[in-house]
Amino acid sequence: MTRVVVTVMPKHGVLDPQGQAVHGALAHLGFTGVGDVRVGRRIEIDLDAADPAAEATRMCEDLLANQLIEDFTVEVDG
Amino acid sequence: MSVVAVVRFPGTLDHESAERAARDAGAEVVEAWHADADLPAGTRAVVLPGGFSYGDHLRPGAIASRSPIMGAVRRHADAGGRVLGICNGFQVLCEAGLLPGVLRPNASLSFVCEQAELEVADETTPWTGGRVRGEVLSIPIKHHDGAWFGDPGTARVVLRYRGANPNGSVDRVAGVANAEGNVMGLMPHPEEACDPLLGSVDGRALFLALVA
Amino acid sequence: MSASAEPLHRQLGLTDPEAERIRELMGRAPTDPELVMFSLMWSEHCSYKHSKPLLSGFPTTGPHVVQGPGENAGAVDVGDGLAVVLKVESHNHPSAVEPFEGAATGVGGIVRDILAMGARPIALLDSLRFGELASRRSRHLFTRAVAGIGHYGNCIGIPTVGGEVGFDDRYEDSCLVNAMCVGTVRHDRILRAAARGEGNLLVLIGNRTGRDGIGGASVLASAELTDADEDKRPSVQVSDPFTERKLIDCCLELADADLLVSLQDLGAAGLTSAASEMAAKGGVGLRIDLDRVPLREPGMAPGEVLVSESQERMLAVVEPGHLQEVVARCTRHELEATAIGEVTGTGSFVALWAGEVVVDIPAEHLTDGFPVYEVPMDPAPAPAPLDLARVPEPDDPAAAWLALLARPAVASKRWVYRQYDHLVGANTVRRPGGDAAVVRIPGTTKAIAVSLDGAERHCEVDPHAGGMAVVAEAALNVACTGARPIAATDCLNFGNPEKGSTGWRLAEVIRGMSDALRALEVPVVSGNVSLYNESPGRVIYPTPIVGMVGVIEDAAASVGHAFGAEGDVVLIAGHAEPRLDGSEHLGRAEGRPPAPDPAAVGALVDLLVVAAAEGLLVSAHDVGAGGVAVALAESAMAGGVGAQVALHGGRRPDEALFGEAVGRVLCSCRPDAADALQALASAHGVPVTRVGTVGGDAVEVAVDGRMVHVPLDAASAAYEGAIPEALS
Repeated sequence: MTRVVVTVMPKHGVLDPQGQAVHGALAHLGFTGVGDVRVGRRIEIDLDAADPAAEATRMCEDLLANQLIEDFTVEVDG
Repeated sequence: MSVVAVVRFPGTLDHESAERAARDAGAEVVEAWHADADLPAGTRAVVLPGGFSYGDHLRPGAIASRSPIMGAVRRHADAGGRVLGICNGFQVLCEAGLLPGVLRPNASLSFVCEQAELEVADETTPWTGGRVRGEVLSIPIKHHDGAWFGDPGTARVVLRYRGANPNGSVDRVAGVANAEGNVMGLMPHPEEACDPLLGSVDGRALFLALVA
Repeated sequence: MSASAEPLHRQLGLTDPEAERIRELMGRAPTDPELVMFSLMWSEHCSYKHSKPLLSGFPTTGPHVVQGPGENAGAVDVGDGLAVVLKVESHNHPSAVEPFEGAATGVGGIVRDILAMGARPIALLDSLRFGELASRRSRHLFTRAVAGIGHYGNCIGIPTVGGEVGFDDRYEDSCLVNAMCVGTVRHDRILRAAARGEGNLLVLIGNRTGRDGIGGASVLASAELTDADEDKRPSVQVSDPFTERKLIDCCLELADADLLVSLQDLGAAGLTSAASEMAAKGGVGLRIDLDRVPLREPGMAPGEVLVSESQERMLAVVEPGHLQEVVARCTRHELEATAIGEVTGTGSFVALWAGEVVVDIPAEHLTDGFPVYEVPMDPAPAPAPLDLARVPEPDDPAAAWLALLARPAVASKRWVYRQYDHLVGANTVRRPGGDAAVVRIPGTTKAIAVSLDGAERHCEVDPHAGGMAVVAEAALNVACTGARPIAATDCLNFGNPEKGSTGWRLAEVIRGMSDALRALEVPVVSGNVSLYNESPGRVIYPTPIVGMVGVIEDAAASVGHAFGAEGDVVLIAGHAEPRLDGSEHLGRAEGRPPAPDPAAVGALVDLLVVAAAEGLLVSAHDVGAGGVAVALAESAMAGGVGAQVALHGGRRPDEALFGEAVGRVLCSCRPDAADALQALASAHGVPVTRVGTVGGDAVEVAVDGRMVHVPLDAASAAYEGAIPEALS
């Protein structure tokens, strides 16, 4: 088994309402110096595959990310 | 007349119907704005109505629970004042630590809007209007994140779903109070069950408790 | 990206004569941003250049009309100084690309149309069409569109109280997502789009402007930003209902405080469309400093700023002395508000970028300068009546009845409306699942009844009769609750009007709708046209969708479709000979369904309204898809009690049970009210037949000497289980 970590983020230029809301809340709580805030999700998959990275990429394309509005990265742990 | 403060966050939706229900129960209703550090003068009880405060972003209720007005709500609760959190208001109270547990996404992962039957599980709080244990209230639910998760052994469970559990909450919990009983949160919407025109009037008990 | 050899206007979808016309109107060659603005404003979507001449047939006036077509939404008087505002709009193409965001932003757009009138939105409805649920793609589009509608509507706190869903292979490539919103406003608070007052400020409120929806204008983007990476050019608009809720709260507060001169939402073609319409309607000019528009991302070209379709934005005209107050109130709602320009006396839309004029167009050229096209009128052959001999008669009518209840088009839509908050606001008197939803008008004892319907198979085989049918059905749905229909809004979803008989069908449907609307004295006050819903292999059925609003003077007197007590009398009001032609039982657009008689439907509407007000009805249910059998089962399931009836009519038992004909309503009343109801009906000239009695735990029909028996629990299992099963 290999642990694959998929990170899905809103595409650059696509409106990120979550990031906006969190940005506003941080400002209200007094945090200064906050630039861009973007909220995505992290998915961990334990995978038994010859090429885990390629397999996870296919998973992203088929299901895990909506490529119209989201980008993804795939990292294979150790 | 009892002054009831209805708290409004950005994205609060059910404030007008909650205000109407509180007024019909005999309250004088005032608005409490999320950015204010104090409750309006003379506030006797507080309602946190339903909605999608801050768009439910991050976690439902999470951002609202950190807003200035919640400091005042906490002081009010600590002094024994009554606080009623409905749906998103319940989520805010849990996030603020004023009620035990947390609300997780429904087991179906879908929003659910339908009439629900609730059983009184604890007849000793002021919130169920003297109904005895096991009596049934008909009050609608409408939520996406309503599955209460916590320890039903230590929490004071006031209301449970009867029949099929609509959201997968632990032990069919629909509403809980704090140990003292002055703070109450529930996922069902009693403000939608106060007018005979809309079907049930079983929600009135919760608003009457604000002015009792 | 390499520059194409094709001239820019063609890449933008403008014809050579259109480009020439633009040059003539302008007296010079347009700049690239100007040409892009023309291409969008002169597109069918914005201009209705192919459908406008046909739309003039609709009746649009009447004693109740406060605002007819031409504004962001129509408005009708409902007494007590209040008006009801309504509009339906399509979001078909974006929903086919990305169903969740497409459907969600469709809801957002229609809500802002209502808001732009200064009205408070009180109800949403949706009409949806997809391919058959056996198709994986259609299941995906259906489930995601429903999720998107729910997500948006639930989060903005406007109840989604009704609508309808249909499934047919003809929509496999071109799904339909039509959203309708209803609002209320005091007459003296109605806002309009026309900009007024030289020197007044243009204030942009809401979300920042990004590259959302810049698809039609991608040519411009690539021409102006040659190093641009395609990743930076998303064309999918992402919805932000949280900001929409703040916009609703804030704009209504600003309108209440009388701080707005006019208001307009930013929809298709963004700032270009919003500002040019405000200018043209007001007969004024506007000067916009594009540098002052708050942007979400750096490096946007002026043309992109002008046509961006970023959602959740409104454009207001504000007197200079009120600007500070407007900005302060927006800030309190955590919304950005920025003065981006001013009203001028020139009549031109002028845009500046880095101090230079990049756009200078007389606004009316954008809004009204387009050529109007006549679409070809090639009639389709008249349909032959169905040859009943070639339709096999079911061996087991009870099984056929259950099968019909389990058809996705007929079956319970609980799976859909359970995902919608249909209650928020504590005004929903009659919930989804009946003929029309009933919503109390906030602060009054009155209610509106509202429905949204189509009749596409009928329109396919006989567009004139089908046009009448969709209006008649909508009026009857509303009247079944006891409401008098007072206004309609429509969305005309068709294929390419330049091909085949589509243009003729469009004209015939409009003629049929208009005939029925005139007979029922119901004006159309707003609407939308969506053409080109076709792929090389499939053209959608002609699908006019009609949203109908009616008023009930006493909300407590509304009537539902559920049977009441055992012993109540079951009646059928209205006379129409049922036919299997084009019916749900037949399952295809074949034959010639009976054309509705609008005068008879009008009399039936009157009867229902008076009978409800006099408290004579326990239930009323329009007999629609699936005929009397389905209506009977639905009233029985809703009431949790069965009925025994005897049916006549039709040429065969299956036609009596499942045949369709617009103009029949299945009613029930207490036994002691039956005589009064029949007397009232004869006074209205409406035939009413007693057909049976409420009672038991089954629906039973005696037809042609046979007894057809379906237990209620079997009916419920088929009816409630069908859609969840089709999706699992």
